[in-house]
Amino acid sequence: MSSRDANPARTAWLVVAGLVVFMLVLAGCGGGDDSTTGGSSDEALEKVGKGEGEVSLISWAGYVEPGWSKPFEQKTGCKVNNKEAGTSDEMVELMKTGQYDGVSASGNATARLVAAGLVAPVNTDLVPNYKTVFSDLKDQSYNTFEGVSYGIPHGRGANLLMWNGDDVSPAPDSWNVTMDPKVAAKYKGKISQYDDPMSIAEAAVYLKFHEPDLGIENPYALDEEQFNAAVDLMKEQQPNVGEYWGEAAKQISGFANGDNTVGTTWQYQYFALKGEDVPVEASPASQGFLPKEGATGWSDTWMIAKDAKHPNCMYEWMNWIIEPKVNAEVAEWFGEAPAQELACKQTENKNFCAEYHAEEPQFWERVYYWETPLADCGTGDGECMDYNDWVKAWTSIKG
Amino acid sequence: MRLSGRSRMLLRIAVAVGLAFIYIPLIVIVIYAFNSSRILEWPPPSFTTHWFDQAFNSEAAREAFFTSLKAGVVASAIAMVLGTLAALAVARHRFFGRETISFLVILPIALPGIVTGVALSNTFTQVLDIPLSLFTVIVGHATFCIVVVYNNAVARLRRLSGSFEEASADLGADPWQTFRHVTFPGMKSALIAGGLLAFALSFDEIIVTNFTIGAGEQTLPIWIYSNLFRPRELPIVNAVAVIVILISIIPVYLAHRLGAEEGGTTGGRGAGGKGAHGGGVETGATSVP
Amino acid sequence: MASEAVVERRSVGHRLAGLLHGRRRLQVGALLAGPVGWLVIGYLGSLALLLVAAFWSVDPLSGLTEKSFTLENFEALIDEPVYRDIVWRTVRTALLVTITDAIIAFPIAFYMAKLASRRGKALLVIAILLPLWSSYLVKVYAWRTLLSANGAINWALEPIGLSGPGYGTTAVWLVFSYLWLPYMILPIYAGLERIPNSLISASEDLGASPFTTFRRVILPLSFPAVVAGSIFTFSLTLGDYITPRLVSNDQFIGNVIFSNVANNQPFAAALAIVPIVVMIAYLLVARRLGAFEHV
Repeated sequence: MSSRDANPARTAWLVVAGLVVFMLVLAGCGGGDDSTTGGSSDEALEKVGKGEGEVSLISWAGYVEPGWSKPFEQKTGCKVNNKEAGTSDEMVELMKTGQYDGVSASGNATARLVAAGLVAPVNTDLVPNYKTVFSDLKDQSYNTFEGVSYGIPHGRGANLLMWNGDDVSPAPDSWNVTMDPKVAAKYKGKISQYDDPMSIAEAAVYLKFHEPDLGIENPYALDEEQFNAAVDLMKEQQPNVGEYWGEAAKQISGFANGDNTVGTTWQYQYFALKGEDVPVEASPASQGFLPKEGATGWSDTWMIAKDAKHPNCMYEWMNWIIEPKVNAEVAEWFGEAPAQELACKQTENKNFCAEYHAEEPQFWERVYYWETPLADCGTGDGECMDYNDWVKAWTSIKG
Repeated sequence: MRLSGRSRMLLRIAVAVGLAFIYIPLIVIVIYAFNSSRILEWPPPSFTTHWFDQAFNSEAAREAFFTSLKAGVVASAIAMVLGTLAALAVARHRFFGRETISFLVILPIALPGIVTGVALSNTFTQVLDIPLSLFTVIVGHATFCIVVVYNNAVARLRRLSGSFEEASADLGADPWQTFRHVTFPGMKSALIAGGLLAFALSFDEIIVTNFTIGAGEQTLPIWIYSNLFRPRELPIVNAVAVIVILISIIPVYLAHRLGAEEGGTTGGRGAGGKGAHGGGVETGATSVP
Repeated sequence: MASEAVVERRSVGHRLAGLLHGRRRLQVGALLAGPVGWLVIGYLGSLALLLVAAFWSVDPLSGLTEKSFTLENFEALIDEPVYRDIVWRTVRTALLVTITDAIIAFPIAFYMAKLASRRGKALLVIAILLPLWSSYLVKVYAWRTLLSANGAINWALEPIGLSGPGYGTTAVWLVFSYLWLPYMILPIYAGLERIPNSLISASEDLGASPFTTFRRVILPLSFPAVVAGSIFTFSLTLGDYITPRLVSNDQFIGNVIFSNVANNQPFAAALAIVPIVVMIAYLLVARRLGAFEHV
């Protein structure tokens, strides 16, 4: 190992190190990772042309099923590539890769996607079935930004309070069974809670009803005092929680195996468990299908990616998903209220829309769709906690 | 070694317990593969071969399986080439930064998969503007597979005396001839074992793959993961896992035989499967000058 | 004549090889160009690009990074105690898993190396490697059912009046120990095989009991192999987020990175630096303990 040998090699290493530094500088001087600021020059499609042969979607579990995606493929020739995600965060992350044409975004993702310039406005004139979508789903704060429509409604639903009929009695009619530390202690270690910062809103909904002095109006627009109250409530819940679930399968196996007996769920899991004869129950008709405080919920919107690679197929998909027959199938399969008015005549269960309150705007006043917490409270003035605060708080809640 | 009968017995018990620990969950998987219920409850209500039926007929599963095979083969091939090159440099030469190479090579596997995955994904989509696809997956896999081949190759090269190569050079062979006729044959089984282990690593990798794969493709682990969101179909995953285990008996056995050919009792490192990231090591050493 | 013919027919490859002959630096350079280029520029470069974001901040709504230097991410990490808890929990579990695996693996590896017949060795190696081919997720889900309230573990322990650990940190430790066990067995097996039987015989001839032989001859000689295996069990546990998510409510470093990577990449990058630092420290200690030595 003569020093003569070492020197040229050393030079080589220095060159390599220099390269790395050079790249760091590149990154610092604004390389390529700054997406264009949203809203500047993105335009909606003018005209739907010929299909491109495939479309790549990100969706919630149960939204893109062969029952309606296969006929779509046959009709339009657009092959459907579907990726399911468990949380809105995952959906935003996937959209950032630029590999997908569209996403079924909930309210806690839509504003973020628009602000990050990841989605383009939707020209609703190009979606014939949009005309007959329920009017209380159009021009909402979660799908319309600065007067421009950014998506097509998929359907809506309320998060359910589900319990194992054999283990929990009397049948609960309030969220206190998971939220009130004294009552929840009865089910210590058996409570199932959704693993996402949005769960803080559940506490806010509970506090809105039980502690009106806090003055909570919108469970997603919380000032510091209200936010801390909600976070404290969730921290008190934590010791009683059996499992935080991020994937539907985890919760299903939890209820099926007796690890969980009560908690927040989606219709998807509820029906899956019922189908396997697990004795689960949810708030019945006599309670208005909701615990007395109301519930958080979702109203999801199909959004199209900016610079989508297959825009024509995406528009075809957006029109297809609210085709009356299809939307009826979608809604019945998942167990949510359809977005399409005409779907109510196409459901197999003739009472479906009535049971799911699809045509009752006043029912939805007790359901707080997921929204993105914004620093300006969404109204332009006011000081609320923003989404990053929610994420950090959720990390501390779980511990 | 002379061990008392009692020590021998204790050792045997320890081995039995260890093996039981390893196999009990696998037995559970097999039982579930025949589970008639759609959800994973215990004990299973009754048995059926329905899931195996579905597994064999599932186009998505088959495609995912072949995609994984493709990715694995190419990734391990790249890893074998790069790993051998690096091993040759480290084991046969001395130069500044030799230790750093070993460290560098192990880094992709030592760091959490999510860090590697996000870093590579960002570079592909934002800096290089390459669409994510099987190609990017292969790049990601090859990166952390290099270490596996490298370790095996370095360890084997250390055991092979360099004097053979010097003799070859003295006899007038150029470096390529020396490699082809002297070094490579001696390393062959180590390379194959390393390659197989690299393949296994790539085959079961999910975290980095999740971040580097395109929309239209699925590797087997991704397909399995996506079934976590389709709980009504979940048991098919157990059937697929059982099929894969059975299929893998052959390559594992081959790997063992190949490894056992040379170096006598010190061979047999064989192939391994993998978790999120991982590596097997030929001689327990992870490299070095 | 013959030599002329040889000279004419030399291919490009041969000429290239001839160029390299004797020139060690060129040889080293040529050998390393590929791997180093790939690893340093491709991998390290990507890593650097990600980690530099740790010094930036993010606009909370759009998630766009503001590339002005700031230490706020590190401040947040240090101020909020939950992150210290999470890091400690992860490192502690990684250490526990490593120790557990070393303890379980050693007898098996020893038996395989020193006591098993030729066929027994082959069978054991296959038996240990086979489980690795069943998917990671499938194995963790199998453990989920074993650990569940109605699961096999509770069912087996009930008659004695005990109950299983259920989900939680203990479950995470169990599952990780299970998953990475083969990665500990194989290196130890290889290391033990290289201990010549003559050394052991010599120790016995000198009058040492089996236990003393083990303690003073076998253990020190196989220790580097144990440490080498531990690098894998430690690092695999350190970075994993899927298992904690499936069998517990615990947050590990990987989980927090995962939940922040979508909306706050600078913070996620700052979090990512932690396991890197831990790993570097571990590798340095391992080197000190001789894992990288050729025994």
